[in-house]
Amino acid sequence: MTKTGSRIGPKTWLLIAALISFGISLFEKRIDPYFHDIIISIGINIILGVGLNLVNGYTGQFSLGHAGFMAVGAYVFAAITAFIGPGAIAALGGGTLAGLSLYVVALLAGGLGAGLVGLMVGVPSLRLKGDYLAIVTLGFGEIIRVVIQNADAIGGPRGFSVTHLLGAYFFPTFLCAALCVYVVVLLVHSTYGRGFLTVADDEVAAEAMGINTTKYKVIAFVIAAFFAGIAGGLYTNFKEYIHPEGFNFLRSVDIVVIVILGGMGNTPGVIAAAVLLTILPEGLRYVAGWDFLSPQMQQIAGNRMLLYSILLIILMLTRPQGLFTRRSRLRKSL
Amino acid sequence: MDNLLQQLINGLSLGSIYALIALGYTMVYGVLRFINFAHGEVYMVGAYIGFSIAPRIQESIYRIFGEPADLYTFHWSTTLGALLVLVGAMIFCAALGVLIEWLVYRPLRSRPRLTVLITAIGVSILLQNIVLTHYGATPQYFPEILPDHAIEGMGNVIITMNQIVIFAVTLLLLLTLHFVVMKTRIGTAMRALSFNPTAASLMGINISVVISFTFAIGSALAAAAGILQAIYNPSIDPLMGILPGIKAFVAAVLGGIGNIPGAAIGGFVIGILETMVVGYISPMYRDAIAFAVLILILLFKPTGLFGRTEREKV
Amino acid sequence: MKKLLEIDQCTVQFGGLKAVSDLDFSIHENELIGLIGPNGAGKTTVFNLITGVYRPTTGDIRFEGASVVGRPPYRITARGIARTFQNIRLFSSMTVFDNVRAACNMHLHHGISHALWRGAAFEREEKEVNRTVSELLEIFHLQHLREAPSTGLPYGDQRRLEIVRALATRPKLLLLDEPAAGMNPTEKDELMRLIRFTQEKFGLAVLLVEHDMKVVMGICQRIAVLDYGIKIAEGTPQEVRSNPKVIEAYLGDTDA
Repeated sequence: MTKTGSRIGPKTWLLIAALISFGISLFEKRIDPYFHDIIISIGINIILGVGLNLVNGYTGQFSLGHAGFMAVGAYVFAAITAFIGPGAIAALGGGTLAGLSLYVVALLAGGLGAGLVGLMVGVPSLRLKGDYLAIVTLGFGEIIRVVIQNADAIGGPRGFSVTHLLGAYFFPTFLCAALCVYVVVLLVHSTYGRGFLTVADDEVAAEAMGINTTKYKVIAFVIAAFFAGIAGGLYTNFKEYIHPEGFNFLRSVDIVVIVILGGMGNTPGVIAAAVLLTILPEGLRYVAGWDFLSPQMQQIAGNRMLLYSILLIILMLTRPQGLFTRRSRLRKSL
Repeated sequence: MDNLLQQLINGLSLGSIYALIALGYTMVYGVLRFINFAHGEVYMVGAYIGFSIAPRIQESIYRIFGEPADLYTFHWSTTLGALLVLVGAMIFCAALGVLIEWLVYRPLRSRPRLTVLITAIGVSILLQNIVLTHYGATPQYFPEILPDHAIEGMGNVIITMNQIVIFAVTLLLLLTLHFVVMKTRIGTAMRALSFNPTAASLMGINISVVISFTFAIGSALAAAAGILQAIYNPSIDPLMGILPGIKAFVAAVLGGIGNIPGAAIGGFVIGILETMVVGYISPMYRDAIAFAVLILILLFKPTGLFGRTEREKV
Repeated sequence: MKKLLEIDQCTVQFGGLKAVSDLDFSIHENELIGLIGPNGAGKTTVFNLITGVYRPTTGDIRFEGASVVGRPPYRITARGIARTFQNIRLFSSMTVFDNVRAACNMHLHHGISHALWRGAAFEREEKEVNRTVSELLEIFHLQHLREAPSTGLPYGDQRRLEIVRALATRPKLLLLDEPAAGMNPTEKDELMRLIRFTQEKFGLAVLLVEHDMKVVMGICQRIAVLDYGIKIAEGTPQEVRSNPKVIEAYLGDTDA
């Protein structure tokens, strides 16, 4: 599929997206905190979903431990903020520029740390296929969580509180989201990037056509982990409190559901799914408050995971290609 | 030496639970080449079913046989009651397993395994949350249906009545399973199916019946594990199936997934390993040890101790 | 003629079964060789052996003088060996064009950073790839189907596409695994012309596994015959056709 026609190149689109985010962010303080929270969460979920889509969707490797990489990024960011933060800012002369620089450094460090962990996890794991890969990535995700839970210096089972390094949330979040989409889409649509799809379609044939399937799997894995780490840092700066239980298997399942709902290998679909699934719990919470429903119904509406699981099962039975993908584009691996 | 023996005994009781659950994983994988992610939840449901029916059964037993003189020794009546609870839970879960297979997995049989895996995750979460909605998130206290105390005269080593019960029931179930798989027609059909589904169906084996049967047995065993666990450690909660489920899965992989004796052996090994690690190294790594074993196996010997390699036809 | 591929005393053993025993076999530049034998003789095993999917239990395989044993398949492709598959293995989620384009990956100079920055070098190389792919598709009359999903093509076109895809890797040796399977006589004639044309135009050596004797005898310069993993005959089509051992292998022992 060769992109032709549009005279606005991808880099220009990225710039436009950045400018629009910046423009909106100027009004950030005026937005109702409740909606603000949801919007930032949408941005973070977009990064997580689009990143994982590269691995699960385009490359066809089933990773169930994505929350672990988010955790790495979150805790690296938190650690830098808490331990190096005050000193570094003072050393840089204080003021907003210092804070901003440290923020960028901490965010990148989180991403790179997560990417590194992704490499360490990916290289041994990606030799495995299907079910086994899923279980192993789940295992690694849990190991990461357990390690954090037992590390007292960063709060352990009590969680970790930090103060935000940067008071702006909208712009960094959506700039990173735009970058994530840019990277994934551009990569996949290049000739180099077609290699990812071959791995998903038929590894044996891919190898026979000269494609180093292991390399592609690891690269997809590391890139996704990097962005998950960035998402973790953004999350930490925003929420100012992180806890190992927030990055457990269920969180990984959340992200996987976003990718499946959006359609594996369908980036716009995944973005739409991220928006939908961030808003859904809020909608459900609203419905759970409707007094004219029986307490039973209210309870069911309030149990997000119950509805999620039913949704997942129905989706897999009826429309495994997701909500936003045409049946014809259903790939062999699903 | 006494300490080692103690750890072994405790490890074996833990291992018995894992073995019973692992058998379900391995049998389903054997006939369907599919990891039933929701299997750990069947174990949990078994415990809750026991929790539901135990009071009523106990009541009926008391009415028919009168209350036992003491709760210290075994009486026929209480043993019968406990047996009914066990069997009741096993039957319910066998039906549940068959229902899940029929409703959810069967329609997806021709689909790629990834789809089914995701669906199984959905079923697992669904079961957890149905129980959560019905019984609440706070742990419930499983009633004492059997007397429990330490056996005298073993020196410094402590074996409790509950552990004896676990060993006895597990042994009985393993022997029964062995008999069924090796000596009965349907057991042979199961084995045939695990070797070659096409040939099996061509030989006149009704695949659907065999698959349902496999799910039924596996789920019944998991339910038994749930009851035994609930007797041993009376606190039950909706999420109690997650970790044992994963550990039992690791046990099945360790033994060679698809290999029935392997799963049982794997279960005991993991149980003993976990107990030893907690006893001699640190309780902190209790859960991590199973994951570590899993990663090591999958990286170095994915076929496990007794499993078969399967080559992809190019 | 220079020796391109040399299989040297190779045995492939799976547990107790010897799929291929002590095979000695060579292919020279620009040769069109056939590999035949009854079902289960080990022909596809030989393919998998050459392309690195299987490792020989004993023996060596040399391509252009250098051993390829133990090399992963994608490296062997890089050396210049490409193949098609008995059961068509196209990239099902991609278009006809992209199937061929994906196979150009091996010869790319650009990597991730170029794909992301999209500078002049990247654009140039992408244009080059486009041109190469279009040309190949044009030669094989698939250019008009370039945007079609690869799995939507009629069977004969799919087989042709698999060959085009293999050619995109710029091989020196092309392995064709039962390319005539499922074709009617007209299509088979066309295929024979296509293989001869491909070989001449691209200066390749071709190793053909095929069951259809008309095709094999019709285009191959030399034929090797396998039975139960052992090479029982080798020679020109006439020699092989009249070889008693070959006849026995296919038709069974007439004395029985």
